[in-house]
Amino acid sequence: MFFGSFLLLLPATWYVYHGITPTNMPPDASGQGAGVDQLIFYVHILMGLLFVGWIGYFFYVVMRFHKSNNPKADYVGVKSHASTYLEGIVAAFEAVLLIGFAIPVWSGAVDKFPSEKDSTVIKVIAQQFTWNGWYPGPHGKFCTNDEKFITGDNPFGLDKKDPSFKENFFVNKDLVVPVDKPVIAFISSMDVIHCFACKPMRVTQDAIPGMVFPAHFTPKKLGIYWINCAQLCGMGHYTMRGSIKVVTQPEYDKWVAEKSKAAAGGGGGGFE
Amino acid sequence: MQPTLHADTHAQASHHEEPGFWQKYIFSTDHKVIGIQYGITGLMFLFLGLCLMSVMRWQMANPGTGVPLVGPLLYHLLGESAVSKTGVISPDLYNAFGAMHGTIMVFLAIVPLAFGAFGNFVTPLQIGAPDMTFPRVNMVSYQFYFMGGILMLASFFIPGGAAKSGWTSYSPLATIADMNLRPNGQTFWIIGMVCLINSSLLGAVNFITTIIQLRAKGLSWMRLPFFCWAQFVTAFLLLLAFPPLEAAAVLQLMDNLLRTSFFLPTGLVVSGKLLHISGGGSPLLWQHLFWFLAHPEVYVLILPGMGIVTEVIANNTRKPIWGYRSMVYSILAIGFLSFIVWAHHMYLTGMGVRIATFFQTTTMVISIPSVVILTALFISLWGGSIRINTPMLFALGFLPMFGIGGLTGLPLGFNASDIHLHDTYYVIAHFHYIVAPGTIFALFAGIYYWYPKATGRMLSEYWGKVHFALSFVFMNLVFMPMFIQGMAGMSRRMYDGGATYASNGDVVGLSPYIIGLNTSVSHAVWALGLAQIPFIINFFWSLNWGKKVTSDNPWEATTLEWQTPTPPPHGNFDKEIEVVRGPYEYSVPGKSRDFTPQNEPDQPEPIPHGNPVRS
Repeated sequence: MFFGSFLLLLPATWYVYHGITPTNMPPDASGQGAGVDQLIFYVHILMGLLFVGWIGYFFYVVMRFHKSNNPKADYVGVKSHASTYLEGIVAAFEAVLLIGFAIPVWSGAVDKFPSEKDSTVIKVIAQQFTWNGWYPGPHGKFCTNDEKFITGDNPFGLDKKDPSFKENFFVNKDLVVPVDKPVIAFISSMDVIHCFACKPMRVTQDAIPGMVFPAHFTPKKLGIYWINCAQLCGMGHYTMRGSIKVVTQPEYDKWVAEKSKAAAGGGGGGFE
Repeated sequence: MQPTLHADTHAQASHHEEPGFWQKYIFSTDHKVIGIQYGITGLMFLFLGLCLMSVMRWQMANPGTGVPLVGPLLYHLLGESAVSKTGVISPDLYNAFGAMHGTIMVFLAIVPLAFGAFGNFVTPLQIGAPDMTFPRVNMVSYQFYFMGGILMLASFFIPGGAAKSGWTSYSPLATIADMNLRPNGQTFWIIGMVCLINSSLLGAVNFITTIIQLRAKGLSWMRLPFFCWAQFVTAFLLLLAFPPLEAAAVLQLMDNLLRTSFFLPTGLVVSGKLLHISGGGSPLLWQHLFWFLAHPEVYVLILPGMGIVTEVIANNTRKPIWGYRSMVYSILAIGFLSFIVWAHHMYLTGMGVRIATFFQTTTMVISIPSVVILTALFISLWGGSIRINTPMLFALGFLPMFGIGGLTGLPLGFNASDIHLHDTYYVIAHFHYIVAPGTIFALFAGIYYWYPKATGRMLSEYWGKVHFALSFVFMNLVFMPMFIQGMAGMSRRMYDGGATYASNGDVVGLSPYIIGLNTSVSHAVWALGLAQIPFIINFFWSLNWGKKVTSDNPWEATTLEWQTPTPPPHGNFDKEIEVVRGPYEYSVPGKSRDFTPQNEPDQPEPIPHGNPVRS
């Protein structure tokens, strides 16, 4: 306990300059955020230990060996091999963080996807300077799309003959997802590279034109969270704010039904 | 190693006629003049980079309000499309300033200063050479750099303004921005970069051959000052990393001007219209080619700084550098490893587990030799008799600042923690700690240290210390709050300083405290700019009125550059140099003086006539 609180104090020293700690992070609202936060915390412990050690040694040495205190320099200097052991310890600490935390967390983020059946599956298409959320509607089937269908009023090139076309609907900037159920978002871009980042969900994925990458997260808390574009995408980059609204499952189902109906009524592929 | 060659060139050099003004100062082939040309030009660009950021910082702290004083000036210079009549800069101009701040600082200020200026001026002197191996190539290298700089500057004034897609110029944005203007700022950027790359390549070839071929007799590799090792490794990084970017730049130029699709995928829809291009290219290819240069480039920015700091620390602790050999092996290891870490800039481009594991492992491995070098420098202080003068203050300041910069690279190097920190102000703070209070402090240490050799006069110590104290305080006030902003999730490159993402009603976003830090950071940036005034005045005033040096070796140093007349004439040395010992033989037991120059014969002989060393 004592040792533990001692370890906690050190990274705090790192931030003493402005009197705050690494827990200055936005609230974690997702299932897998804890892994990210833990790694950030532990790596700051390592950094804090090293920095406090260095800086303490540094001030001591500069005072003790200042010319006025030590007029004659020692040709040899330090004889011990303590620094070699120290470097060994740093390397070992890094290896533990790498193998114990970084690799498993990353594997969880990009490899171990929940099954699509048990998840809310959406597509997010970034464009200068907005986010298009593409929902399949109640039956969960995405309409096919192709470059050849792209026109001014059909920017995503949906195939209007596809039966799912009438159910699919789009939202602009503001996504809605149900709580406590994994969300899989297929992220792509129409024009330049954007980056889909929702800090409270601890999810970040570049949106790269010509490619589609899935990202997943499990919202745990009701509320609204900003989506920000984390890659310079042009003049309006700073305005490219979206949001994720986390609602209960019944609210979500109701919302989907309404949207889908409105889309069908409005000629399909309703674009908000 | 090459006694005959050395003797020949030396004989020629001493019979060299004094060239006229143009030959001597403008089209000079003398490495020292070229070094000073690089130095002055680089310092001007360094200041320009700071000025661009000062304007951006006004916009971030006070979004949408006119920039005082400078705003109206910019309105007249750049026109109404860029700056409103009241002096408010447009988002496009903000992005252009951001892109050019990065480009100017990296390619036109730090590299030319660290490599072009110090490398050129000091390296041949430190290895006892009369000049570079290829003096004319050296001149052309500076001329390419100058042309690149002019092109970058000119791009501000063309229609559409300068490049505005970040210093990384990611495709397709770099192709799409201003695509109806051809040529546009990006075209100028690419051609400017090609000039700068050529400049660096010519410099690199010259440094490598010079250090291999022109070392004085007896100057074996393990007697080479660490500064020269740093320049040597830096030259290899430039030589091997820049060509891929040059090739990539030409491909992007073709994408932009000839409508090829090297970096453009099929099906791009811009402003609701399908782009008529052949498609089939990959935007990720640009990122790979760019970062294959730009990661080694990071080490190009820092290694010469480490070299300078090592020289200054050895000199002012009056003892040998601790662990010189392990430092040399470490810097070689860094040089090698820096080529296999580049994709850690691309963790969030859809990277799978295997590749991500490879790159984060190499990233962690490269931190080890960096820690070894930093630790060796810290340990070198132990047992010294430390003199605190201006160069030493900057060198000592470098150590903890570089420490912060290096350590904060760790959470960015692990891709899992990068999920949160990616593209936030944490990244900005991290690399600025390496380059600004890190490398720039090392550069200042070098300027204060070698100024007396170059000019024969000392810079004012008093104003030097004022310059250090103010710079140190304000550097930290600028960059430390950015860690806090980054941790809170504030993204970089935001025209309104992140105000869009402020907490709003029920939505938890950036707190007023986090956004408010923008104001204090901006104040610190402007104060940092003002803190450079003592330096600028000191620099020019001391040229004529500084304290004259009373010896060719005013710091009582051991390395060869202090064995020349002051300032060194064309051809450098007025005597034959033979090195008999390692670079940092300070406080050797049994010697009467606390420094033993590298070329001082082992058996004390009567001091030959004309020896400039005075004890």
